[in-house]
Amino acid sequence: MGKYKKSGILILIILLIWEIGVRVSHVPYYVLPAPSKILITVVTQSPLLLKHSFYTLTEMVLGFLLAFTTGSLLAFFMFKYPSVEQAFYPIIIGSQSIPVFAIAPLLVLWFGYGLNSKIVMTALIVFFPITVNTLEGLKSADPDVVKLFKLMGASDYQILKKVRIPAALPFILTGSKIGISVSTIGAVIGEWVGSKYGLGYLMLHANAQLKVDLIFAAIFYLTLMGVGLFSIVSLSEKLLMPWKRR
Amino acid sequence: MEIEVKNLSMSFEINGSHLPVLENISFSVAEGEFLTIIGPSGCGKSTILNILAGFITPEIGAIYLDGQRVKNLQQVTAYMVQKDLLLPWRTVLSNTILAPELRGEDIKRAREEASNLLENFGLTGFLNSYPSELSGGMRQRVALARTLMFKRPLLLLDEPFGALDAMTRFVLQNLLIKVWQKYKKTVIFVTHDIDEALLLSDRIIVLSARPARIKSIYTLKSERPRDLASLVKLKKEIFDELKEEMERVFSNGKI
Repeated sequence: MGKYKKSGILILIILLIWEIGVRVSHVPYYVLPAPSKILITVVTQSPLLLKHSFYTLTEMVLGFLLAFTTGSLLAFFMFKYPSVEQAFYPIIIGSQSIPVFAIAPLLVLWFGYGLNSKIVMTALIVFFPITVNTLEGLKSADPDVVKLFKLMGASDYQILKKVRIPAALPFILTGSKIGISVSTIGAVIGEWVGSKYGLGYLMLHANAQLKVDLIFAAIFYLTLMGVGLFSIVSLSEKLLMPWKRR
Repeated sequence: MEIEVKNLSMSFEINGSHLPVLENISFSVAEGEFLTIIGPSGCGKSTILNILAGFITPEIGAIYLDGQRVKNLQQVTAYMVQKDLLLPWRTVLSNTILAPELRGEDIKRAREEASNLLENFGLTGFLNSYPSELSGGMRQRVALARTLMFKRPLLLLDEPFGALDAMTRFVLQNLLIKVWQKYKKTVIFVTHDIDEALLLSDRIIVLSARPARIKSIYTLKSERPRDLASLVKLKKEIFDELKEEMERVFSNGKI
């Protein structure tokens, strides 16, 4: 944990300046609450926040898993069949210029007010980094190693299993790290557009009631979940790639 | 095992222009012979090995194995190049047993055999290390062990020590000679290092600049390990031939 010491100190300094700033300038609490007030809300409102966090977390995890499955499968087919890549790749790139906000209402219309529309929303955002990185990774295998394997009489399946997938692993995990970090965006936007649960819903609700401290508390929980999921991917990276650890 | 190569010719299409690379290359290799192909860089030495290994098909020419015409020598070939091509996610031992593993042979026996081999190659204590933990010379020794575990009679070696420092290269050249003598392999070795060719070979084929033709063939009879000092005259001869080829290329303004 030593490597996070400096970030921790920086955060403490920022919070301290924030606290002093709010107290000295007398900014009303419904505009910018002091960190101490937010902390109190984080603790006292924890049953409410946890309930909604769990809902959002479910969206993030399921959305991520959906994106991971479809993304890595599509990447594999794009790698295997160049015509699939030629057909899909420009569309995938182009689709990134569509703002997710623009399609969120449609998703609610199509997939309903419940969990499904948020899962799809999250998956749409996570899908891109995973697909692009996995494809890049599958292509990254050294052609000379593939030549050597062919000389040893290896089958295409053996080359995939023993060369291409291990070579793609660092790329897949990088894509997953980016994907899991942005999964909060999909979940929260989905909840903003139409939901009765989740931290995004809670933030909208709190905003309407000028409970700014609750908005910050929700952001705090959201950040905690994002960092937590990122750490899990990081940890699995270390477990899956022992050769990078030493 | 006897190999005969007859009238190999090859050209590549590069940016729409026709580039002849090999021109009428014929040579034979006797069982257990150490044959070196030397030539100016970019002349097409590696192309010959790539044809023999079956990675590319020649336009003209034929390859014979024990008198039988074959498409290529893939079935009898083990291959090693300048890059060690070790898989970074596999340990030294696991990299070494790649060929038997792919063929579905008994892994336990392959591991035992590979361990002995690696220990003989001075890699005791590194069997469970990852390639990134080894020096360049050690990695190339692992690559040589992996090549031997192919269990094939012909070794095609394409500048295998080209990326090593002089001292490490010298150690590995001696290791290769010992291995060649012990396992009675037939070797076709490509290099542009005249000293290396003189230290190792039974015969040296000197190629011309591109398109490569066989310019001359030298036979070396002296016992190994050899002393380069006694080969100075021959070295000068080969050097002059290669120099002539390089000058020809330069005066044509091709480089």
